[in-house]
Amino acid sequence: MAATNGHNGAGLLEKLGKLDSGKPPFGCMQCGLCAASCPLGPAMEYPPRKLILQAMAGNLDKLLTSPSLWMCVSCYACSKRCPRGIELAEELWPALRDAAMQAGHQPPAELQETFQNVFKYGNVLGKSPRQRLQWAKDLDVRVLDLSREPRPVDVLWLVGCYPSYYPRNQVVARAFARIMTELGVSWGILGTKEKAVGECDRMFGEEGLFETLVEQNRQMFDEQDFGKIVVLDPHAFRALQSFYPRFDAWYPVQHYTMFLEEYIEQLKPLMVKPVEAVVTYHDNCCVGRRCECYDPPRQLLELIPGVKLVEMSRNRDDSLCCGGGGGGMWLDAHIVANGGRRLSDERVQQAAAAGADTLAVSCPYESSRFEDAAKVTGLEGKLKVRDIIELLAESMDLGERSMA
Amino acid sequence: MSAQDVLVLAETRGDALADVTFELLAAGRELARTTGGQVLAVLLGPGGAAYAPALAAADRIIAVDDPRLAEYSPEPFASALREVVEAEQPRAALIAATSIGWDVAPLLAARLDAPLATGCQAIRPDGDGLMATASFCGGKMTAECRVAASPAILMMLPGSYRPTGETGKGELEQRSPAAPLEPGAIAFEQWIYPEAGDVDITQQDVLVAVGRGIQQQDNVELAEELAQALGGAVCASRPVVDQGWLPATRQVGKSGMTVKPKLYLALGVSGAPEHQEGMKDAELIIAVNTDPKAPIFDVAHYGAEVDVLDLMPALGEAIAARKG
Amino acid sequence: MNIVVVVRQVPDLIEPLEIVPSGDALDLDAASFILNESDDHALEQALLLKESGGGSVTVVAIDFGDVDNTLYTAAAKGADRIVKIACDGDTPPAARDSAAVYAEAIKPLRAELVLVGVQAHDELDGGLSPFLAAALELPYVGVIRGVKAGDAPGTVAACKEFPGAVMARMNVKLPAVLGILGADQPPRYVPVSRIRGAMKTTQFEESAATLAAGELLLSVSRLYPPAPATRAEMLSGSEEEIAGRIAEILAEKGLVK
Repeated sequence: MAATNGHNGAGLLEKLGKLDSGKPPFGCMQCGLCAASCPLGPAMEYPPRKLILQAMAGNLDKLLTSPSLWMCVSCYACSKRCPRGIELAEELWPALRDAAMQAGHQPPAELQETFQNVFKYGNVLGKSPRQRLQWAKDLDVRVLDLSREPRPVDVLWLVGCYPSYYPRNQVVARAFARIMTELGVSWGILGTKEKAVGECDRMFGEEGLFETLVEQNRQMFDEQDFGKIVVLDPHAFRALQSFYPRFDAWYPVQHYTMFLEEYIEQLKPLMVKPVEAVVTYHDNCCVGRRCECYDPPRQLLELIPGVKLVEMSRNRDDSLCCGGGGGGMWLDAHIVANGGRRLSDERVQQAAAAGADTLAVSCPYESSRFEDAAKVTGLEGKLKVRDIIELLAESMDLGERSMA
Repeated sequence: MSAQDVLVLAETRGDALADVTFELLAAGRELARTTGGQVLAVLLGPGGAAYAPALAAADRIIAVDDPRLAEYSPEPFASALREVVEAEQPRAALIAATSIGWDVAPLLAARLDAPLATGCQAIRPDGDGLMATASFCGGKMTAECRVAASPAILMMLPGSYRPTGETGKGELEQRSPAAPLEPGAIAFEQWIYPEAGDVDITQQDVLVAVGRGIQQQDNVELAEELAQALGGAVCASRPVVDQGWLPATRQVGKSGMTVKPKLYLALGVSGAPEHQEGMKDAELIIAVNTDPKAPIFDVAHYGAEVDVLDLMPALGEAIAARKG
Repeated sequence: MNIVVVVRQVPDLIEPLEIVPSGDALDLDAASFILNESDDHALEQALLLKESGGGSVTVVAIDFGDVDNTLYTAAAKGADRIVKIACDGDTPPAARDSAAVYAEAIKPLRAELVLVGVQAHDELDGGLSPFLAAALELPYVGVIRGVKAGDAPGTVAACKEFPGAVMARMNVKLPAVLGILGADQPPRYVPVSRIRGAMKTTQFEESAATLAAGELLLSVSRLYPPAPATRAEMLSGSEEEIAGRIAEILAEKGLVK
């Protein structure tokens, strides 16, 4: 394959042929299940099937400069359905994005900024690292900052960028701190030293940035003595479970729903307040479809007295992505400008159609995405959005209380 | 001439004097009161005499003409100004932080080996020197800078002074440079004007901003009526633009435009940090949002916790009543 | 075209700025540093000129703050040479004072075009760019957004920005210094893997230039943060009452015409 415009087509294909998962992407039989499953497929110039076709044909120029490259939201619907098990979302797309940036093509400006924010400040929001503990200000439970007071703990809790800095998510962080304390868990955090895990950077194609974060995080984790890592962010879970080990960085990790599921018996008697709500659970893509963890979140919701659980017609492995992964959190404008739709708008309507007055989530992106969508679709006041943690804390009567 | 005079570099914009010139004259008058000197307004370029009446706040108006001053270029302007400053020996020379000022003030300071202070918001005497209060670090820090030597070249921050109604003697002198000005290596070629298109929200004095709180695209029209009544334009927060209810040229915020209008009326805008970045320096910010915790209220001067859809028609009527 | 770009480190405003106990300087130990934004634009403009017309780009910086990171990034973006000026002491010199040392470092480079960001937010005594031009005895124009090769050889066309997005195209005979506000396109993104690569392969050159103490024409006697902003004054009552009050406020400010 001839080199064109400075891209070495042969080199890229060689690299693609050696993708981490060990499966050649070119077992593809062009069945189109991926494109049909892709929620943004209809708006893409190159939906997954066509993307593979073009990559196989060596038409990399077109792929690397197409806006389609930046429309994947990493929902994993494609790879879930692919009869050949091709890791489209997890391997092919990031590799192509990396190739695009190596060739000098500029990623969308919003993504550039997130890369620069993570590189400079260790968080996607571009906030000062020194402010990373603001979420815990005046919190009525003790927060052990292992970066200042290292000691053995059972749980190293990586709070995450959004729960640390973003007001809507800070309440979730505070509630989780209270729940763990109430359960008598021995836990600690990394305080202002905590950095992004980097899943979004890897998925956006910033392999170099991801490597840098793995190195930095590994160094910090290895200085600590803990039993397991617990995260609020399904994306961070996936990265620590699957991508970090490729760099020889192995740590036991759980998403909070998996972690709390082990405490179901202890949680039962603590659910003292009923929460009268018709709740539907939105399966997030990473912990849900990708890792097939569907039951623990539901079991936690069923613990809450007064909660009536209903299912949306699209649930579990068929759940509709909120549109926030793979860069989507920052690329709504790009996606809409290229004919895509805001998936979160559709999803909240599905929640309302299921008869729910509360949409339960377990991913930090989702709280604000779905609340925005509710406002825009006229569901504000009719559909509440709550993280499972918030619902549990409400039933445990661990609401916002000041230190005073 | 007097060693206590204050020189002001006047600038034109189109066919009129630039607004900043009047601010500088006010600053000049105030400073001259403390130094006991006169205010000298200097105008470089042809037709300066025509502006003399408008420069009535000055005691002397020095209009310098030369073919090389017909259009702006740094070398002739800096040389012409230098000549005036060397002849008049003022205590201070006030230059606005404009495109021309950013060239001419430092070039002048370098050639005269004179002190230069930028971002000046206020000046006062300090012993036999001057103390300039200057803003820097993106407005996050203020510095008191002492300047001893004369002339003190002071670049003034726009918006620091209000034009004064005071008048001076207003005596006009027309001059030409002692020797023809050198063209220098940098020459003006032509003006390039922006393409005609949608409204430029960065140039509006009044902006009516709509956020998610307006709920539907149809309600943008209500905002447009309000904007029209106030002589301004509608702008939007990012989500509204994402929805396609307004074009991207109307977007205010980190990934949109930065605006500094006289009035920013934020309707149903939550005021997330990304949005605040684009409008927090507006002179008057009035925010309406049903959420009392909306961050917009941290930057607004006035706020109201009511539904914008009810408020907009009521506000339209109240404004019409004031006009009528 | 042989182009030289000056890049500077400035205090990162994302952190609250602190003042030394004597009250007359910023506490730079407490600050973190980033590349000055308009210098980033100057670098981008230099790279664009090189890409379209050939030549080389040399980046010059005083060794201070996180400058190595900035310099590796510049190398990854395509800068050909990186020249570092040693900085004795804990604080970099103020803009005007540093002009002499930059000039000393730049003179041997025989630049045709020197691009410097037209402002840095920690400057109080005027921008570096015009004073650098004076020290190099080169012509200068600033507030430039976009530079292209000129029609005649040995010239460039620089667009000087005026209010209302109006530009004045200026013809510049080289050699010259330009104060850059923005480039023809935003600063390019370079993947971190490239920067890491540059860390392994880039050699910095050390400049022989040394800082001489200059006469201080401006002395800072006191620094203080501006008065903190207060929260909005909340208006109450019915929608009509609130609307009436808002209209009153607008009228008072002369906004109802």
